[in-house]
Amino acid sequence: MPEPFEPRTDPDVDLRVPADRRELTARPATILAVIAAGGVLGALARAGLQHAVPHAPTSFPWATFTINTAGCLLIGVLMAVLGHLDGGHPLARPFLGVGVLGGFTTFSTYAVDVQQAIVAGAPGTALAYLAATVLGALVAVALGDAVTAGLLRRVAR
Amino acid sequence: MTVLLIALGAAIGAPLRYLTDRAVQSRHGSAFPWGTLLVNVAGSLLLGVLVGWPAGPAVSALLGTGFCGALTTYSTFSYETLRLNAGGHRLLALANVLGSVAAGLAAATAGYALARTLIG
Repeated sequence: MPEPFEPRTDPDVDLRVPADRRELTARPATILAVIAAGGVLGALARAGLQHAVPHAPTSFPWATFTINTAGCLLIGVLMAVLGHLDGGHPLARPFLGVGVLGGFTTFSTYAVDVQQAIVAGAPGTALAYLAATVLGALVAVALGDAVTAGLLRRVAR
Repeated sequence: MTVLLIALGAAIGAPLRYLTDRAVQSRHGSAFPWGTLLVNVAGSLLLGVLVGWPAGPAVSALLGTGFCGALTTYSTFSYETLRLNAGGHRLLALANVLGSVAAGLAAATAGYALARTLIG
């Protein structure tokens, strides 16, 4: 009998899910190392994209916008797949969700870029970026979740 | 060198997000994702300080791109909002969006202003 992977709110770790509660005490070094490795990969991918598509403080941060919306789409896909597999491999969520996607997406750069656009005298850009990221992220995560869950249900039938 | 500094920062930031989230949840039974909010606000504050200071390229790579970038997360924030909404917690979902954005922006502004004041 597989343990419930749902209901879960937090994809990083949700202590209402028994497997999440136990995983750190069961093998702390493995869990933390896997999260760190995933985080490094995600962060380097993010840094590479930001380096490839730089932006002035007054212009729209397209690289970070794309990173965050893509990461939200992918967490929706990932969690739907893992939910379908009753959690899947025990290191899949820590590595891919907590590590790779958590390290790829960033809230701090988002907040500071909005603030820097205001400081640079571009409040319009700041507001557009602020709103576009929130809306884009929420649409992306909902889409990733719904489309993946729908496809998996079809395949399972 | 920059790549190594980013990697080192991220190797600390990502597990710290996980551990903070666990610690907050073990003290709070609430459905509201306080753990994620805490790391996002703390990371925004620190990055604001680094930008206002302003930190050199090595410190920016280690603490900014690596540590703050991996400590904070947009994917977790968006997924939590989706699940709160789907679970019937519409107000908590809305509060999470408005609260995270407002608190993150306030923290970035405060960090930046603090660094600017301290360097004179």
